[in-house]
Amino acid sequence: MIPVAVVGVGQTHHKTRRRDVSVGGMVREAVFRALEDAQMTMDDIDAVVLGKAPDLFEGIMKPELYLSDALGAVGKPMFRVHTAGSVGGTTGIVAASHVQAGKHKRVLAVAFEKQSEGNAQFALGSGRGASLGAGGAFAPFIRAYIHRSHAPEHIGWKVAVKDRQNALKNPYAHLKIEDISIEKVRNSPMMWEPIRFLESCPSSDGACAVIITDEVGARGRNPAWVLGASSRSEPPSFPGRDPVRPEACMQCAKDVYAQAGITRPRQQLDMAELYVPFSWHEPMWLEAHLIAEEGEGWKMTDAGDTEIAGSFPVNCSGGVLSSNPIGASGLLRFAEAANQVRGVAGEHQVDGAKTALAMAYGANSQYFSMWVVANSLQPFG
Amino acid sequence: MPTSTDIAVVGWAPTPMVRHTELSETQLLVRVITDALQPLGLTRSDVDFTCLGSCDYITGQAFSFVGNLDAIGAWPPKRDSHVEMDGAWALYEAWLRLQEGDIDIAVVTGSGRSSTGNPALIYPMEMDPFYLAPIGADPVTLAALQARAVIAAGIADERSMAEVAVRSRGKGTVDELLSGDYVREPLRRHDLPPITDGAAAMVLARGDRARQLVERPAYITGFDHRTECHNPSFRALDDSPSTRIAAEAAGLGDKPVEVAELQAAFTHEELLLRSVLGLGDDVTVNASGGALKANPIMATGLSRIGYAAEHIFGGGTRALAHSTSGPCLQQNLICILEGRS
Repeated sequence: MIPVAVVGVGQTHHKTRRRDVSVGGMVREAVFRALEDAQMTMDDIDAVVLGKAPDLFEGIMKPELYLSDALGAVGKPMFRVHTAGSVGGTTGIVAASHVQAGKHKRVLAVAFEKQSEGNAQFALGSGRGASLGAGGAFAPFIRAYIHRSHAPEHIGWKVAVKDRQNALKNPYAHLKIEDISIEKVRNSPMMWEPIRFLESCPSSDGACAVIITDEVGARGRNPAWVLGASSRSEPPSFPGRDPVRPEACMQCAKDVYAQAGITRPRQQLDMAELYVPFSWHEPMWLEAHLIAEEGEGWKMTDAGDTEIAGSFPVNCSGGVLSSNPIGASGLLRFAEAANQVRGVAGEHQVDGAKTALAMAYGANSQYFSMWVVANSLQPFG
Repeated sequence: MPTSTDIAVVGWAPTPMVRHTELSETQLLVRVITDALQPLGLTRSDVDFTCLGSCDYITGQAFSFVGNLDAIGAWPPKRDSHVEMDGAWALYEAWLRLQEGDIDIAVVTGSGRSSTGNPALIYPMEMDPFYLAPIGADPVTLAALQARAVIAAGIADERSMAEVAVRSRGKGTVDELLSGDYVREPLRRHDLPPITDGAAAMVLARGDRARQLVERPAYITGFDHRTECHNPSFRALDDSPSTRIAAEAAGLGDKPVEVAELQAAFTHEELLLRSVLGLGDDVTVNASGGALKANPIMATGLSRIGYAAEHIFGGGTRALAHSTSGPCLQQNLICILEGRS
C-alpha cells in the first residue's frame, strides 16, 4: 500500500447559523484554509471527495453537483460519500484510499453541514412524526452503560465541562461557555434521561477540509502519516447486538491498531479525537476502543486522564459536544488528530503528541470509521 | 502490491426492472446480492468489502441506506461504505479499495425505487438552490435544451433520435414515433426514459481469486470519472468534455471496443455520447436496451457495467460502460472491461 499523509487542514468557524455565506461559500472557507496550510492551490488537486449527512438537512439533493464549481472540481473526479454520522470519517478514509490505490496524487476531502438551512430534527427522524432526535435514540444505550458499569452520575457532567473548557482554547469551536461548571451542567434541563441539555451536542453550520497526498507530495510539507484507516458497519437491530460495546467498533479499532502496529493503545496513542455527541459516549468509547477495560472507562474520565494535560487526552478540540456540523463532525475529528501529530493544534495542542486516534460513528451506533495518524511512518521505532 | 488491471468483475445480477414494485429497497437488495453471489459459489461471509449506492431523495427518507445493511449480511460486521451516487461510483470506490491489496472480494450495489415519488418535484432539488431549484428546473426540460443544442450542432435530428428509441425498445417504427406530440420540443414521449424500480449487485474479485471464480473474468483495465460546471447554461451543451477526459484517462483509444453500454436516459444523449467517444458503426451500442428500456435510478449506471461485463463473460474482448449524474450529463464515468485469453 502506498503511504499517505495529511498535509493540509482547514475548517470554518462553526456557528448556529452562517447566514452570511451560501453552502458553496462556507465549504470554500475550509478548503482555502486547507490549501494555504498545504501550500497548494486548487490546480494542484486532482480529485475531490465530498461527504455530508442526509441531503434532507439542507434540502439540496446530491450537492456534489451544485458544488463542483465552488470546490474547483470542474474537469476532475468528484466523489460523494454518505455513511450517516460517520460520513466525515469515511470521507477521509475514501480520500486516503484514492491515494493509497495509486490512482490519485493529491486529493481534497471536504465535509460539511449547514444545519440552519433546514430542520435537522425532522430529517433525523426521516420526516416521521414525534422525532426524538439523536438523543432519544442514544439515551437507552447510555442508561445501559451506567447500569452495567455502575458509573456515578457526575461522569457525564465532567465530560461536558472538560470538552467545553477545551473549546475555549479552540478558535473555531461553536460553543464558548466561559462559565461552564459541574453545577451549570447539573442544573441544565433534562432532555432525554439521563442526558441533560449541556451534555448534548449543538446543531452547527460548518465545514472541514483535508488534503491527502503521497510521499512525494509530502516532501517539504508538514505531514500527518496515516498509519491505519478502517471502517465497519453492523445491522440496525437484532438480539445479540450490543450498542454499548458495538462489535463493529471493536473490530474497526482492532483493524486500525493492527495496521498501525499498535498493541497497547492506552500507552502507544498520545491522544484521541472520538465522536462524542453526548457526554457519556466518552467512557463508552474508551472501552469500545479497547483503551480502557470493560466497565473502567468512566474511571479514566473521573481521574482527569482525558483532560489535555492528562495521561490520555480526549477531544482537546472541544469535540462534537462543542461543534457539530454533522456531516463534517467526523472529518473534524480526523483533522484535529492530524493537527495534533503535526504539532499545529495551537492552544489545545497536547505536548509532544506523536500518535493519535480519530473516530466517527453513525446511525444507531452502526457505522464506524477510524484512522490512526502519526508524525512519522515508524513512530514506534 | 496488486496492479489496477488485476481487478475484475466476476458476476452481477439485476432485479426484474418494473414500473413499480411493492418490495422495499432492502428486499430488492437481499435478492439481488444472493443472485450475484450464488452462481460463483460464494456467500455473504466471503465478501470482504461492500459499497452501496442509493439516494435518500429517491427513497424519500433520510438515512434510507441504513436498513440496507440487513441485505449485505453485516454480521459479523463488515468493511462497508455507501455513496449517494449511482452504483457505478460504488464500484469505483470498491475498485480503489481492492487495489490496497489486503482483501480479495467486494460486492457493490445500486438501488432505487423512483416510482414512489414525483420526478418533476424531486429532481429539481438536485439543482443549485438559488437559481435553478426555485424555478423547478426539471430533467426533461433541461434535456430538451440539450437536445436542441445537439440537433443544432448536426449531431442528431429527430429522426435519428427516434431510431435510437426503436432500436433500444425493440418496438414501433420511426415514422409512428415521429407522428407523436412533443412533451418538450424537440423531445417526444419516446425520447424519454421510463420510470423504473430496480436494483443491481456486482461482485468484484482480485488476482488469482478472480480466475478461480470464473473462466473469463471481466478485468477493469480503465476507470475514470469527471465532473463539469453545474449550471447547464454555462456549458457547451453540444459537447461532453468530462466524458472525453474520462475516456482518455481510462485509455478508451488504446484499442477498439466491440460494445458500449451508455447511460443515455434521453435519445439525443446516446447520439452525443457516441460522437464524443468517437464510437463508429462497428460498435454495438446498448444492446441491453439501455436506460431507455429500464431506468432504475442509482442502478442504471451499474447495470451498464453489468451488461458490458456480460459481453466479456461471453467471450468478448473489450467493452465500454458509461454512467452519468446531474443535469445534461454534468458528471460522467467511463469503465473499460477486457477479457484475457
